[in-house]
Amino acid sequence: MTAPVIEVRDLRKTYGTGDTAVHALRGLDLTVARGEYLAIMGASGSGKSTLLNILGCLDVPTSGNYLIDGIDTAEFGEAQLGLMRNRKIGFVFQSFNLIPRTSALANVELPLVYAGVRRAARRARALAALRLVGLADRAHHRPNELSGGQQQRVAIARALVTAPAIVLADEPTGNLDTRSSQDVMGILDQLNAGGRTVVLITHEDDVAAHADRVVRVVDGRIAQGVRA
Amino acid sequence: MRFTEVLAFAVRGVTANKLRSALTTLGIMIGVASVILLIAVGNGASQSVQQSIAGLGTNVLTVSPQRAQAGSSTKPLTTADAKALADPVEAPAVKSASPVTSTSATAAHGSVSYSISQFLGTDPAYFGTTNSSVAQGALFSADDLAQGRKVVVIGATVATQLFPTGSPVGESILVNNIPFTVVGVLATKGSSGLQDADDTAVAPLSTVQNALTGYGSLSQIVVQATSADTISDAQAQVTTILDGRHKVGFGQQADYRILSQEQLLTARTATTDTFTVLLASVAAISLLVGGIGVTNIMLVTVTERIREIGIRKAVGARRGAILGQFLLEATMLSLFGGALGVAVGFIGARFTIAGITPVIVPSSVLLAFAVSALIGLFFGSYPASRAARLRPIEALRHE
Ligand SMILES: Nc1ncnc2c1ncn2[C@@H]1O[C@H](COP(=O)(O)OP(=O)(O)OP(=O)(O)O)[C@@H](O)[C@H]1O
Ligand SMILES: [Mg+2]
Repeated sequence: MTAPVIEVRDLRKTYGTGDTAVHALRGLDLTVARGEYLAIMGASGSGKSTLLNILGCLDVPTSGNYLIDGIDTAEFGEAQLGLMRNRKIGFVFQSFNLIPRTSALANVELPLVYAGVRRAARRARALAALRLVGLADRAHHRPNELSGGQQQRVAIARALVTAPAIVLADEPTGNLDTRSSQDVMGILDQLNAGGRTVVLITHEDDVAAHADRVVRVVDGRIAQGVRA
Repeated sequence: MRFTEVLAFAVRGVTANKLRSALTTLGIMIGVASVILLIAVGNGASQSVQQSIAGLGTNVLTVSPQRAQAGSSTKPLTTADAKALADPVEAPAVKSASPVTSTSATAAHGSVSYSISQFLGTDPAYFGTTNSSVAQGALFSADDLAQGRKVVVIGATVATQLFPTGSPVGESILVNNIPFTVVGVLATKGSSGLQDADDTAVAPLSTVQNALTGYGSLSQIVVQATSADTISDAQAQVTTILDGRHKVGFGQQADYRILSQEQLLTARTATTDTFTVLLASVAAISLLVGGIGVTNIMLVTVTERIREIGIRKAVGARRGAILGQFLLEATMLSLFGGALGVAVGFIGARFTIAGITPVIVPSSVLLAFAVSALIGLFFGSYPASRAARLRPIEALRHE
């Protein structure tokens, strides 16, 4: 049997020290199988974003283990974590995080530049990704010339342009209206149908309904036996 | 990832925020230009002093009286001393020796009166020795000297003061109430530092001693060597002759001293050097202020840039690639600003500033450029290098 794509054991994350310390994760366990479509729900401040940031190699846990494809990330140095973010994981932020004053195309190309892909190939792949999210005609627009939904779709194009095995999305529809939310969820459904592992955080039940499985985070742990 | 990609990011970074780039460039430009210009002004002032002294000729020695050592007597410098120095047998390296007496005097013509700062009495050889030529009229002659005629050659400043209109030649002026006839006007020499070399009048020594100063000690004997190469021979010969005449014993301090133009030059430039140092410190301050301005702009925009760094790291940028980009951005802005500053400095130096023609000091260009480039580089890349060390999420959360 192959290792699960994501495996988390007794994950703890503490922000700050002493009296002001915040225990955002308190011994969380989670396993995500290859090709799974998982939704994470939970109250505000329960630690969902903290968890996803660690899964995305954007942050490191205070203690506990995080294994990608059975390999413990604790062994990884700065460079290897960078490589994971670049090749293995696509991350979609709630607040888009596009580089300002830079065209949609250039934003989508960014991971490919750092991956060392040549200009022509890069351009072609970035345009293909933009086409997939339905924004080919907006390639040369800057983020401030795009609507929130369009910006989020650019961000998704950036996350999927490297064809990562894992796509992580932190409230991808949190800032969007119903119509844009449906567009975004349609794209994520498509990615999952294409064989990618998708993990998303949401507060909305109809968004969670797209997932195969829903887990609930309560006080920094996965609540047992709760199914949506 | 290749260098050209990093360079492309840096170019895009510089052009994306034009106002920030322009302000940074401006700050560096002002710093560099002001350092170059201010030092050039100081240097220009000191060069004009040097030139006016060098204009006197490099083969000239000035002998002036000084107080002798306690215990030995001080003898005045006399016309006889000057004659002895001009002896071709005893002093073959001496071409001429002009006795000079100097006083200040008030000259009047009609209702105009003017106080001449240097009224000299000397012989006709003095004009040749000091490279003085006549612009109008003539110099006085050996005969005028022998006869003690009341004739005078006046400097350009004196001429314009006393004769604002019309030619002074042939006119009579009153010097301390004694009538003199103006026979000529000297060609202008300009100012030597703080002193106006044209604020002068020259008359025969015999006349001046008789009418104005009396027959005491001379102010100077101006000695001309046969050439610039024989100047040290001339100095030795003058020393031997005067030591004999003034009975200066071996090892004793003489009651006169000899200054060459070179020594005079050193003394004069010392004062203008002070001036240059003053300007240089003003320049250094302006460089500092420019640097602080640059730092400010860099720091104000750094929040946005740190978020950008977070985004780049989040999609897998290596620390080296980020550092390279920000270092290149800072380099471009600093070099561009520095180059503009040098250009402005060079253009500004073509104008006369406060009566001084600036002369650019090459090392100041290098210094100003290097310092401002370093300031720009440091403050452009240091915050970025710190941000590049953050975890992506920390950089993204930065406010
Ligand atoms: N950088 C930080 N420094 C200190 N405390 C933090 C930091 N980030 C998060 N926290 C705290 O950790 C806890 C979990 O935060 P997290 O962002 O994971 O919550 P969340 O479940 O994503 O909430 P929401 O649904 O509102 O996004 C919260 O109490 C929060 O205040
Ligand atoms: Mg959150």
